[in-house]
Amino acid sequence: MATDGTIAIDVRDAVKRYGDFTALKRISLSIRDNEFFTLLGPSGCGKTTLLRMIAGFEDVTEGAIFLFGDEIETLPPHKRPINTVFQDYALFPHMTVIDNVGFGLEMRGKSKSDARKRAGEVLEMVQLSQFANRKPAQLSGGQQQRVALARALAPQPKVLLLDEPLSALDLKLRKAMQIELKHLQRDTGITFIFVTHDQEEALTMSDRIAVMSSGELQQLGDARDIYERPRNMFVADFIGDTNLLSVTVNRVEGQSATCRLASGHQIACDAVEGIAPGAYVHMSIRPERLYLSEPGDGYLSGTVLENIFVGTDITTIVEISPDLRLTVRTSNSDRGAQGIFAPGTAVAVHLEQGAGRLLAD
Amino acid sequence: MAARSYNLRVYPGFRAVTLLCLFVLYAPLVVVTIYSFNASQSITNWEGVSLRWYADVFTGPESEKFKLAARNSFVIALIAASVATTIATLAATAIIRGGRFRLRTWSFGLISLPLMVPEIVTAVATLIFFNAIGFDRGLLTILLAHIAFCIPFAYLPISARMQGIEASYEQAAQDLYATRRQAFTRVLLPLMMPGIISGFILAFIVSLDDFIITNFVKGAGVETLPTAIFGAVKQGIKPNIMAISTMLLGVSVVMVALSWLISRRDNTK
Ligand SMILES: Nc1ncnc2c1ncn2[C@@H]1O[C@H](COP(=O)(O)OP(=O)(O)O)[C@@H](O)[C@H]1O
Ligand SMILES: [Mg+2]
Repeated sequence: MATDGTIAIDVRDAVKRYGDFTALKRISLSIRDNEFFTLLGPSGCGKTTLLRMIAGFEDVTEGAIFLFGDEIETLPPHKRPINTVFQDYALFPHMTVIDNVGFGLEMRGKSKSDARKRAGEVLEMVQLSQFANRKPAQLSGGQQQRVALARALAPQPKVLLLDEPLSALDLKLRKAMQIELKHLQRDTGITFIFVTHDQEEALTMSDRIAVMSSGELQQLGDARDIYERPRNMFVADFIGDTNLLSVTVNRVEGQSATCRLASGHQIACDAVEGIAPGAYVHMSIRPERLYLSEPGDGYLSGTVLENIFVGTDITTIVEISPDLRLTVRTSNSDRGAQGIFAPGTAVAVHLEQGAGRLLAD
Repeated sequence: MAARSYNLRVYPGFRAVTLLCLFVLYAPLVVVTIYSFNASQSITNWEGVSLRWYADVFTGPESEKFKLAARNSFVIALIAASVATTIATLAATAIIRGGRFRLRTWSFGLISLPLMVPEIVTAVATLIFFNAIGFDRGLLTILLAHIAFCIPFAYLPISARMQGIEASYEQAAQDLYATRRQAFTRVLLPLMMPGIISGFILAFIVSLDDFIITNFVKGAGVETLPTAIFGAVKQGIKPNIMAISTMLLGVSVVMVALSWLISRRDNTK
């Protein structure tokens, strides 16, 4: 994270309506210069709409967008120093790879030969030099993806927008591209705004993440914030796996609080602003922060229903009561093996210190 | 085998029917072409090969009439095809920008519908229209009518070409600092070009040999090649008519071949 606090893109109270339908409900967020910023949310939550408003393809119903302090929401796309990697790449099929990459430079007034020279350098950066004279149709999906990236990077935009650029690639290639994108961002120093519906991808790549749902910003923070301190049910549920329990807040003292489950069990956790004693709220507990032992020495006891082998981990479903089941994740290692019990066995469930997280709504 | 019985080629008599159809289609053309090289004054007796009727077309007593008609035909075809192709291209561009599948199907239907209307109906309607607005019949009425009925023909190959041209291409160009105009000339137009050329050629041919509509809307004394030929035939068929017809056929064949070659060429490979 090499950001110095300058704001690259500032979205202020942006609203987007299509007729009666409100796609974005008053979104405000600031994206710092030089950061890898991710818009994360389920399909249809308005990520593409927001990105297209920043690029200039959708007008803003209400609100304003600033680029390094200049108001840009009324400028046409070709006057914004922002480039996009389109979801379907949109490579020009009648041009060779190098002409595709040089297109933006030429449109910015560079001579054909200068544009080609710089395009060649960018192609080298994405390791596609040997394909310079091919047409896009003669490349694989992964290669087309890199051409799209090279084409958007070549004119050295102030901000690069990427709309689910990796979703069409197979898993292995996607993992490789995630790392490559991250490196490209660091090496070029360009602000990246990356859109994805894949929370794992977002956690892996981003400096900061904005979680969206139904046209609203749910939470903004770095990967740890969002994973460990989800603000609400939606974020806790959407990011990773979690156990959601209904609890009543007993006591709040400074930074710590105590809650009670319906079964009467007490759980200590961090206090959260706005949650007072007596509140009936949800608590999120990540499965990897629970562990099992022989019954008797834990305060939550239950029966193992099944063990699911998922490679690196083993997921155990434990029934505490007929209406409460917990998911417990144990690492698949010798250390972890002590915490595996056969289905039908009675066990005690323990929480790591600070594992319970109260959710505001 | 079940699969085999669906194969048309193994139906008994299929080959014979095909050959009969081809014969009926092409025999008259072949006869006209051969007899245009006949040395005889008669249109039925063969007296050896000669180019005298071709010479007659260019220098004979009726040559002035034919030359004028031919000039009218080519000028009208050129202008009508150009204007119709431009309009069809703009329509296609608007539809690409719309980017919506439903819109594409609808507009395609709407623009192609006139192809299904009997030409005589179009001819009568066009004539009534010109009368109603008090437009004097002459070359201009022919030109306007030709532009109108050429549009769907020009649009046909362009719309076939539009398959796979997405709104995102133009947006990508604009994203890369192209103005709307540059996005059109540098990206959309080259992609549509093979379709545009085919559309132009098709419109040109259709205009060149249109008879029915032209005959309705032309003014007295104004002739195009097809109406001039028809006029000459009414006074009895002379072999020079066969020579003109053969030349007209030649122009059509060359242009159709050209159109086919161009529509097959793909600048994206
Ligand atoms: N042109 C449009 N007209 C009407 N509704 C639209 C239009 N574009 C997007 N929407 C709606 O706005 C919502 C957000 O869409 P989008 O931004 O594409 O979501 P995402 O990229 O997060 O999947 C969706 O419900 C979608 O149906
Ligand atoms: Mg989207």
